[in-house]
Amino acid sequence: MSDNLVLEAKSVSKFFGTITALQNVDLHLNKGEVLGVVGDNGAGKSTLMKVLSGLYKPSEGSLFFDKEKVTLNSPRDSQNLGLEMVYQDLALAGNLPIGDNIFLGREPTRKVGPFNFLDHKKRKQLTEEHLAKLKINVKSADQKVEELSGGQRQAVAIARATAFNAKIVLMDEPTAALAVKEVGKVLDLILNLKKLGVSVIVISHRMDDIFTVCDRVMALFQGTNFAESELKNTSRDEVIGWIMGKKD
Amino acid sequence: MDYGEKRLMDKNQESLFVRLIPFFERYGILLLILIMIAVLHLLQPDVFLSWRNVTNIFKQVSWQSMLALGVFMVIVTAGIDLSVGSIIMLSLMGLAITSKAGMPWYVVMLVAPAIGFLCGMFNGIGITLLRMPHPFIMTLGTLYIFRGIGNLISGGVPITGFAEQIRVIGNGKIKLDVIFGEGAREYIPTSLILMIVIFFIFWIFLNHTRIGKWIYAIGGNPGAARAAGINVDRILIVVYTLCGFLAGIGGLILAGRTNSAYPNAGLQSELDAIAAVIIGGASFFGGRGTVLGVFAGVMIMGILRNGLNLMNVSVFWQQVLIGSIIILAVYIDVLRRQLATRT
Repeated sequence: MSDNLVLEAKSVSKFFGTITALQNVDLHLNKGEVLGVVGDNGAGKSTLMKVLSGLYKPSEGSLFFDKEKVTLNSPRDSQNLGLEMVYQDLALAGNLPIGDNIFLGREPTRKVGPFNFLDHKKRKQLTEEHLAKLKINVKSADQKVEELSGGQRQAVAIARATAFNAKIVLMDEPTAALAVKEVGKVLDLILNLKKLGVSVIVISHRMDDIFTVCDRVMALFQGTNFAESELKNTSRDEVIGWIMGKKD
Repeated sequence: MDYGEKRLMDKNQESLFVRLIPFFERYGILLLILIMIAVLHLLQPDVFLSWRNVTNIFKQVSWQSMLALGVFMVIVTAGIDLSVGSIIMLSLMGLAITSKAGMPWYVVMLVAPAIGFLCGMFNGIGITLLRMPHPFIMTLGTLYIFRGIGNLISGGVPITGFAEQIRVIGNGKIKLDVIFGEGAREYIPTSLILMIVIFFIFWIFLNHTRIGKWIYAIGGNPGAARAAGINVDRILIVVYTLCGFLAGIGGLILAGRTNSAYPNAGLQSELDAIAAVIIGGASFFGGRGTVLGVFAGVMIMGILRNGLNLMNVSVFWQQVLIGSIIILAVYIDVLRRQLATRT
């Protein structure tokens, strides 16, 4: 294990009533690394991500950010530590404009007397700058998210995750709902983040995604660690085998 | 015009039509009010637009508008509050009892909003901390509880006679001698000023503060709000508490207007409030609607009732008409949405 460790989970378990979603799962992530997490439906990938982001509390086990043990009580805690999550269901409010979604929960404000009011101008300006930086094309920052295509929504979700200089970005099936021509843009975006020194965890079913962007891949099977390898030391067929619970 | 015909329309003409949609979305309801006013003015040229009648409408809607504004915020979060009619009654009774007990007027004045505040907070806590499956159930329960308590503390009989300072809120007149000359009969009701001030404050709250933005976000996608680190339960408690608080203000205005507290106060007015909110264009599924729309919805209900009364239309027909307008207003919204999403 290198000195660049930014995130580590040790023996994490998560129970929902009598159901065991995760059992003693370990995970580590280095600076600027893209880690692929694979597994069949119900293998515990999404649960693990939600534990890392603080949305779920682990039933057992501990989390370390920059080698320091932390307890996350809400996604805000992990955000404060520099971790952002792009949810599978995108977690966007369709009734709100793009800019409102990107800054939801962290809206720029200005003080008038004792009161804090939303700074609509600043939000719009920051939104436009950020979208331009990520080369995301939309008609206007004021467009409602429900009017966007699946790919544009994914882009907004990633823009939201990276608007505050995140150190770690978790992505749950970032390309699942996208048209083929939009997939490449999202993968480019991930490689861009890596170049900027951001660590990324990508959950994906698509081997093309994993073998395009990842440095390392780990497989979960029925809520436990099943296999793990540097990408260069494995093959598509082997990783597909792991997903189905087969090892040589 | 049917669908096929519309497709055959000239492209430029269609784009003009589509471009007009946002205009109607924003101002259509004000247009509707203007049309109602014009029609009623033609039907009742001497009475309808008289100073006396117009101020009467405002005095009538002022307390109802407080309920509608509170219920609106709740509906924006995709919730519902059925208990506001009972909150108004309970706060009215609380006010009457402290008044009868000889408390000073400034204490009496605070009692109604305070009771409303606590009732709303009780709703909010029940919905979030007790994990009731839907706000409908919690507030259906408190609809009975609050009115029952109101009758218990008052003995189920009307209590009349409040201090001058209380009556001013619901019935006060700001004389316009300056404009119309000494001894003129034209005036502005204090309750109208109060209503405008409160609507303005809540417009600021919902559109220009973070909590206001979060209320809309919760209505749009509570999961997204939670993922953004927003404490959804806390915001919901704030919303239901404010809704109860506004109902308490409504109770205060009603106390001033009628100078009495009576067991049937606010009976079924929660339904009027919901109707006004829906007519005003808010979505029952949450996340959509404006304070101006609520104001318009309240005015449409008020103008309609007033106009029908002036023309001696029976109360039964009024019920039929108001019901029809609710369905029509929502149906127009359905059609508009179909047009807006058509590409």
